[in-house]
Amino acid sequence: MAETCHGVTPKKTNRVSADILLVGQPNVGKSVLFSRMTGIRTIASNYPGTTVGYTTGRMRFANDIYDVVDAPGTYSLEPLDDAARVAVNLIDDAVRIINVVDATHLERHLTLTLELLAQGKPMVIALNMSDEARHKGIEIDVAKLAQRLGVPVIPTVARTGEGVRRLILATLALDIDKQKVPGIGYEKKGGRSVTGHPHILHHPEANHKGHKHIPEQTVWRRVGKVVNEVQTLHNHHHTFGQWLEDASVHPVWGGLVAMLVLAVSFILIRMIGEFLIGGGIGIVGNPWVELPFGTEKLFDVAWKPVMMKLSGLLGEGSFLHNLFIGQLIGGQIDFMQSFGILTSGLFIPLGAVLPYIVSFYFVLGLLEDTGYLPRLAVFLDNVMHRLGLHGYAIIPTLLGLGCNVPGVMATRILETKRQRFITATLISIAVPCAALQAMIIGLVGDRGLWPVALIYGILFVVWIGIGLILRFTSKGFRPELLIEIPPYRAPSWRALGSKLWMRVTGFLKEALPVVLGAVVVVNLLYQFNVFTYIARATAPVMSFLWGLPKEAIVPLLVGILRKDVAIGMFAPLNLTIKQLVIGSVVLSMFFPCIATLVILFRELGWKDGLKSIGIMLAAVIVVGAAINLLWP
Amino acid sequence: MSEKLLTDLSVNEEAEIVEIRGGRGMQGRLRALGLAEGQHVKKLSGVGFGGPVIILINRAQVAIGRGMARRIIVRTDHTNG
Repeated sequence: MAETCHGVTPKKTNRVSADILLVGQPNVGKSVLFSRMTGIRTIASNYPGTTVGYTTGRMRFANDIYDVVDAPGTYSLEPLDDAARVAVNLIDDAVRIINVVDATHLERHLTLTLELLAQGKPMVIALNMSDEARHKGIEIDVAKLAQRLGVPVIPTVARTGEGVRRLILATLALDIDKQKVPGIGYEKKGGRSVTGHPHILHHPEANHKGHKHIPEQTVWRRVGKVVNEVQTLHNHHHTFGQWLEDASVHPVWGGLVAMLVLAVSFILIRMIGEFLIGGGIGIVGNPWVELPFGTEKLFDVAWKPVMMKLSGLLGEGSFLHNLFIGQLIGGQIDFMQSFGILTSGLFIPLGAVLPYIVSFYFVLGLLEDTGYLPRLAVFLDNVMHRLGLHGYAIIPTLLGLGCNVPGVMATRILETKRQRFITATLISIAVPCAALQAMIIGLVGDRGLWPVALIYGILFVVWIGIGLILRFTSKGFRPELLIEIPPYRAPSWRALGSKLWMRVTGFLKEALPVVLGAVVVVNLLYQFNVFTYIARATAPVMSFLWGLPKEAIVPLLVGILRKDVAIGMFAPLNLTIKQLVIGSVVLSMFFPCIATLVILFRELGWKDGLKSIGIMLAAVIVVGAAINLLWP
Repeated sequence: MSEKLLTDLSVNEEAEIVEIRGGRGMQGRLRALGLAEGQHVKKLSGVGFGGPVIILINRAQVAIGRGMARRIIVRTDHTNG
């Protein structure tokens, strides 16, 4: 079971020893630098906390191979949170360290640098985002900084690769036999204790045993002194970007910006998705322009004739025909309903879902890389507080709209267990993934736009409702939002494309086998009439409670494998609009797909995982029955 | 020279942090972002209806939840002390 929807697997537990360890504060570009050095694509975005856990990779340089590790971003070595604890362990085992600092905020980043210097490991400083610093009129005397810190300092621009080669050369030139004499900020008194790491002491009342501290006032003073010596600030004009930055967190403008951004995002996702499927360009209703293009047309024109021939060869009704082609609808193959491996099995992931995966992740990438998401988090903070969360929980939730797996994993950026529980539970119950949404739009959209809107509306109400209940029922500390808001950045198309590619291929690699497997299993179970017995047994719940035909249990069960395949199975049941809406809502809520389920239990643990499933079952029974009762 | 809460600063007003009233966890999180006694901040905006306060510190924008911002005491005297 891969841990993410997108290929790279961040390690969580085993200890590794890095030839080169990248350490730095969140959102300084460690992951981008890591990709530059190892050629491994990672998900990097413009908000703190993108790297949960750490990533390892190999760098080939001058005929040698080096293990490179990308540590999670940490503000300090004081083990206040998981990220810092992981980083401290990695530092212990690392041969060389590259400390990545943000050239535009030197005074903040050098505090971590001083703590790192005190660890006595061979170290180089990557002065990253130096292009942005130049742009903002910040001039840094690199030679002087290197001299004051006693380690090499290399200006880099990880996004473009500028300075990366020099950085690698400087890192490999470090003398790794001789442990460095600790630099400024650390008074060496005897040897280092085994467990104690020199770090800035933030809490004078705490116990001193087994720890080495750098008095905080000293650190600030020293950082201030160094920065004064090496940094010159030139005046610069208030740019359009900065004006936008102010507007997007403004009490009034911020709301308008948020609504505008979200509206434009949804329109973009729909337009790109529908264009890729059918070649149509438009926002609502029938497309304004239609081009002879799209996955649906490709399947109809190129694939259908081949399949019809194969159907003739296999003979309708035979076992192999049922398996590969499925049922013919009116003598024809219907890619949504036939349900063979080579018909629906290929069409659902490639023809119906893939276009929306591409468009969703393209738009999400834009939101991530420009730096809008933290602003959205700030703006929604007070709304999220009513759900027992804070604004930052919106980021995993948005990721969940793509795929629940990375969404649930991203809950690690939240501080407390309680927040992670609420956010992950809400994602797994009420946040439909892009694959499911694509199929809802494809299937229900045929009956008009309003049933689709109704399904979204109901799920949103469920999300709010369960959030409100969990806020009052689950115990635990409710922390406050505290985040750095990164500046807006123009996204690099190359980085955007690479991230999109990773996510789309990740989807194909992980979804395609499950979809095909699900189609095979369903066909086999049909052959052996297994579903007939199950449908008979569950009929009371289905019809009495939810007003659905007894066969609707089959899609619900298949939904545990893959939601997109499952919802396609509503197609041959001739459901009324009411039944289709209830079915879609119940299917969205009823058990997360197996991939999400595994991650949910891994992230929450058995106890909270079961609790989450219990909440899901209660919610799906009540919500399904409520719609059935309230809808005349 | 007057002391007040961070939340009570008006937009664009500058101040020096005098005291942070909070436990170890809160202090650590704030300090990691550069919020410590003696540091200078400028309030940029406050999202209304109990939303976070946004300040500028060391040329970086930081959003602080209102409950936390209420426990940060600042002094609004600016003669570069």
